[in-house]
Amino acid sequence: MTQLATDVLIVGAGGAGMYAAIAAARAGAEHVLLADKSLVGRGGATVMAQMTVAAALGEECPDDWQVHLADTLAAGRGLCDEKLAALLCRDAPTRIREMDEWRVGWARREHGRIAQVTAPGHSRPRCCYVDFLNTGPAVAATLRRRIGQIAAIKRVSNLAVTDLVVCNEEAVGAVALDIAEGEPVTIAAKAIVIATGGLTRIYQRNSASANMGGDGYALALAAGAELLDMEFVQFFPIGHLAPRLVGMDPIMWDPFRYKLGGRLLDGAGREFLGDYGSDETAGYTTPRDIATYAIQKEVAAGRGSPHGGVYLSFAHVPRSALEGAFGPVIERLAQNGIDLGAAPIEVAPIAHYHMGGIAVDERMASRVPGLFAAGEAAGGANGANRLSGNAIPEALVFGEQAGTAAAGFATGRRLPDWPNGAGASAVAQIRSLADGRGGDIAAVELLDELREVMWRDVGPFRTADGLAHAIATLEKIRRALPDAAVPAGRQFNSALAEWFELRGSVIAAQAVAHAAAVRRESRGAHQREDFPDTDPGWARSRRIAMTSDGALIVDGRK
Amino acid sequence: MTKTIARLRVRRGTAGEAVSRYQEFAVPFEPGTTVLDALISIRSQQDPSLAIRYSCINANVCKECLIAIDGEVRYACTTRLRHDAVMTLDPLPGKPVLRDLVTETRPPRERLK
Repeated sequence: MTQLATDVLIVGAGGAGMYAAIAAARAGAEHVLLADKSLVGRGGATVMAQMTVAAALGEECPDDWQVHLADTLAAGRGLCDEKLAALLCRDAPTRIREMDEWRVGWARREHGRIAQVTAPGHSRPRCCYVDFLNTGPAVAATLRRRIGQIAAIKRVSNLAVTDLVVCNEEAVGAVALDIAEGEPVTIAAKAIVIATGGLTRIYQRNSASANMGGDGYALALAAGAELLDMEFVQFFPIGHLAPRLVGMDPIMWDPFRYKLGGRLLDGAGREFLGDYGSDETAGYTTPRDIATYAIQKEVAAGRGSPHGGVYLSFAHVPRSALEGAFGPVIERLAQNGIDLGAAPIEVAPIAHYHMGGIAVDERMASRVPGLFAAGEAAGGANGANRLSGNAIPEALVFGEQAGTAAAGFATGRRLPDWPNGAGASAVAQIRSLADGRGGDIAAVELLDELREVMWRDVGPFRTADGLAHAIATLEKIRRALPDAAVPAGRQFNSALAEWFELRGSVIAAQAVAHAAAVRRESRGAHQREDFPDTDPGWARSRRIAMTSDGALIVDGRK
Repeated sequence: MTKTIARLRVRRGTAGEAVSRYQEFAVPFEPGTTVLDALISIRSQQDPSLAIRYSCINANVCKECLIAIDGEVRYACTTRLRHDAVMTLDPLPGKPVLRDLVTETRPPRERLK
């Protein structure tokens, strides 16, 4: 069996993980192991981001990180961890200028200054981007180039961490599945950073990549860490719905809405946001939670578009302006049969981001010594609703903190000895599954069922009955997991990795459903039909932990 | 009304198997759907042992789903499914096969061994 040892193990190689690796090496870690289930720098959410990055650079007009912070806190609906939010806003300009030095290629104005636009919820033009719709791929490629030049960083693709190993309540390493070989691998580590991104893949309609099933949350819970704000899943209001669009991220329409003022119309062609208290005559200003609410209500009232969403129309925009803003994207849209000047497209909410996550302090340390978290996997900075443009700065800023802190923790710590038997059951689990196992239902089918129930009952609208149904279904799925069929085979047996994905996803889904059932109010992205008002008494985060028998408890209670 | 179906001939097998073997699958055809959509549907509805590399599903940014489709190297996520002829899917040529449509496309420095 392959046995690895490292100073800092980073689980997940998206934006946060790659930056954490750079920071750990910069802080003196001699051996950094950067592991990803997919390919390093190609999976996760960062590479998917076609949109903007918020940082108070002040390129367009005077700006200050404290104003960015005020906007972030307002969007968070009273629930942000103010210290984490301040860290994000304070350090974002440094990270974004550093990316500029690393030639990410931020779009610039004619006079050479970095272009910054006003995304919804921002009081200033603060959001930079890479044309056209290339922000995330450019950030990911830039970070990939950097880590490729750092000898201390060992990258491993197709390595899925399945279990963390904890000894005397400290994190001492991990067991992983080498997907390419179908074999277990042990990794002794002085410090670990979880940078696995969010959990939006547990929803039927999502803008996630394949590996965002929430496994990092399950790893953290099982290791003894706490999660917070798990009920707050951001539903991006205008995810693409129809006609079928390929080769593009389903959330691509937002920048064009604020560049060109695309109008949201109901099935009869009428503007409706004003009915929900959001007048857009002065421009596109509706925050994500309110837009999602308005669209869902229109559809529920029978005023939706044919495929169950609403229309997004650019019909009022001159063709020359469309061509100027969309550039080569116009051609890609034409290949999909879309002509924005001729017909509107249909959009509907889609699971996009998770505000909640692993509870950490300002050094990104969880309550388990040696265990850190970064990026979307860490919770708290965005409260009940994330301001658009805050996800990539969060990945970079928190990645920097986590990598630095993990390297600091590893310095002077001996490589921990694993006591006899540590990790043995996790290794045995991988071997046993690779031998194959009969059964009536495969993990992939259970994953489909999980995604359906999460979308229907734990989606943009929630009720006590729906949540109770979801909790019962998730419990049933979790009980079915040990008997799920796995076809035999080692080399790149996707069903093996899928079994572990389901194991993580069901725990992440349970955390969301339990937290949503406990919060009997509506706030930000958490909307209860049976408790429609925001209750000032609920303006605090709920924490979830796992008991030794695997049950989830909210604020210390079952 | 009978549902339109699309038929796919998919190369199966692992690194050790010398003889090439194709398996034919039929999937419900929806206008606009892609070859990757069909493969994902086969995995969840018919045969979870079928292996394909993909990450971003739809956005064509991860670039992992490169395979040979009717002899041409193409992304499964941007190639539209067709129902008027059987589509033949092979792993990316010139790369060692790991399983079915999955080849060793990891950069050498990103491998364990």
